[in-house]
Amino acid sequence: MSLAPGTTVRVSTRPHEGHHRTPGYLKGRQGRVERVHGRYRDPETRAYGGDGLPERELYLVSFDLPSGDRVLADVFEHWLEAAE
Amino acid sequence: MTHDHNGHDHPHEPVATAGEPPAAARVRALHELLVEKGVLERDDIRRRIDWLVSRTPADGARLVARAWVDPAFKRRLLEDARVAALEVGLDPGPSPVVVALENTQSVHHMVVCTLCSCYPKALLGPPPDWYKSLPYRSRAVSDPRGVLREFGVELDDRVEVRVVDSTANIRYLVVPRRPEGTESLGEDDLAAIVTRDSMIGVALPVAPA
Repeated sequence: MSLAPGTTVRVSTRPHEGHHRTPGYLKGRQGRVERVHGRYRDPETRAYGGDGLPERELYLVSFDLPSGDRVLADVFEHWLEAAE
Repeated sequence: MTHDHNGHDHPHEPVATAGEPPAAARVRALHELLVEKGVLERDDIRRRIDWLVSRTPADGARLVARAWVDPAFKRRLLEDARVAALEVGLDPGPSPVVVALENTQSVHHMVVCTLCSCYPKALLGPPPDWYKSLPYRSRAVSDPRGVLREFGVELDDRVEVRVVDSTANIRYLVVPRRPEGTESLGEDDLAAIVTRDSMIGVALPVAPA
């Protein structure tokens, strides 16, 4: 999966036990891809002594705040879903 | 730090080595294990800490000041901060990738790490305590303008605030706007007004009086 900047996405709400880098406050939120950072080893297995492979695409995704401002956060590809 | 008693008298807890946090013993045990298993040399951690605390916001400030006076350098900084840091003789440190974000007339960036305390340490030194505090980490992403006001930053409503949550491998450095009244300053004088907080995005550089 490779998402182009501007793509609308939703952060997965699937339950996950253990270390991961997707903050809870963003789960279920719809956002937009701002940047493609490239591929990085997966922290979810590296945290437990694994090799973090396969590498995962990391995206900078923006989320609207009610004030009209935005939050931008780095989210790995396997936490992003297509938004309806 | 000075401690002025102003002549008054009050009891102080004695300095004690007992009652250290439980994590300290765990860290020592882990260190011993890593050395024993040959993962680390005994002095690796101390060397790494020495390197880390030798970094200061003055390094990041040099990048910002150069970017203010040299538009071509600014483009390179925004494209690849690591390459730009090497170009001015700075040590961008080991792995994490640093991305520089430019504040403009219409966009103001501020940086937080809601999950822990990720910070561009190679270019700014260790993070301030408030950066690691729960109130900053939780409120920066829900009420950024309120947090900015508490830091003394009042932004025009037309300026969009972008709070950047460094949740993974990337570290973010804010390139603040060059304040008016600094047109005659050279690079070194400009670097002196680029504060740590302005590179986190919770303060604005101020022209010298």
